[in-house]
Amino acid sequence: MHIPDGYLSPQTYIPLFGLFVAATAIGVKKVKTDISARNIPYLGMAAAFSFLIMMFNLPIPGGTTGHAVGSAVIAILFGPWAAMIAVSVALIIQAFIFGDGGITAIGANCFNMAVFMPFVSYYVFKIFNNNSSEKRRVTFSAFIAGYFSLVLTSILTAVEFGIQPLIASTADGKALYCPYDLSVAIPAMAIEHLLFFGIIEGIITAFIVGYFLRNDPGMIYAFRKGGKDANR
Amino acid sequence: MLSEKEVKMRIDKQQKKILVTLLLLCLITPVGILLPMFFNAGNAWGEWSAQTLKDIIGYVPQGLAKYSDVWKAPIADYSINSGDRSVIHQSGFYLVSGIVGATITYVVMLFISRLITKKDE
Repeated sequence: MHIPDGYLSPQTYIPLFGLFVAATAIGVKKVKTDISARNIPYLGMAAAFSFLIMMFNLPIPGGTTGHAVGSAVIAILFGPWAAMIAVSVALIIQAFIFGDGGITAIGANCFNMAVFMPFVSYYVFKIFNNNSSEKRRVTFSAFIAGYFSLVLTSILTAVEFGIQPLIASTADGKALYCPYDLSVAIPAMAIEHLLFFGIIEGIITAFIVGYFLRNDPGMIYAFRKGGKDANR
Repeated sequence: MLSEKEVKMRIDKQQKKILVTLLLLCLITPVGILLPMFFNAGNAWGEWSAQTLKDIIGYVPQGLAKYSDVWKAPIADYSINSGDRSVIHQSGFYLVSGIVGATITYVVMLFISRLITKKDE
């Protein structure tokens, strides 16, 4: 899911970088009004968690690998805007220091995994949980949020890969950037995430949200913000 | 009701517990390269190097060739020596990368959070 340098054309990575910067600007403002300083240690740990969980490459035997991202659980615990910033920090450090994800693709990778994914997770959780604090309901909703957010993010990433042959190719029909079109990229990325990696993200999300529900439910952002939205 | 002091102690304990869990995660990061090795799984989809891509489709796309080396990461692929064939060495590099990366991420995020969170009254 970490797009390397060279797979995206400038026509793709520049707009995505712009979207990411705009989202960050809004995110900083939102965190300033929404997230209290008590959360500082947790936000550091959340970013480190995201960094680490992405290092656990899981194999599809004889095939490719993939991993969870952690954005889903961070979004439920600290809200999508704080999750955006925490996961971006992890992704930017992965790109610059470890070459995991391209430098030109930083905007794209952050947009996919740090902007799009936490928002999908957060709202899927809100819709399924419908403000319940019943343990089974919350855990189930967290699983669904983790599952769908990762699956949809993988499809978004596949679209970015898959539109490259449409955007740019040489006169003799060879690709300039990612050589695979939508008909290849989408099934390849969607199926592995639908059948495997999405389930892992779901389990991690459910497990950690379940832990905080038992130990410190007051900390869960999606609950604190719950009443207001639910009354609409 | 818990007193303020008791609440603070509980929070400290919880944070310590999470930090220990993160440290344990650091220590088992090598699983992230050993499992794919064991099950003979390669790169993530779309994350092939220019050379690997050439082996798959027969050529390196021009634009990809131009951009793929735009940045030389100091600890590329979470390894200080990717030529080293020793599984034990690679596991060690991966583990150290995990500790270094998670620590930097933690510190940077603490710093940013300090700047952007709401001051408590």
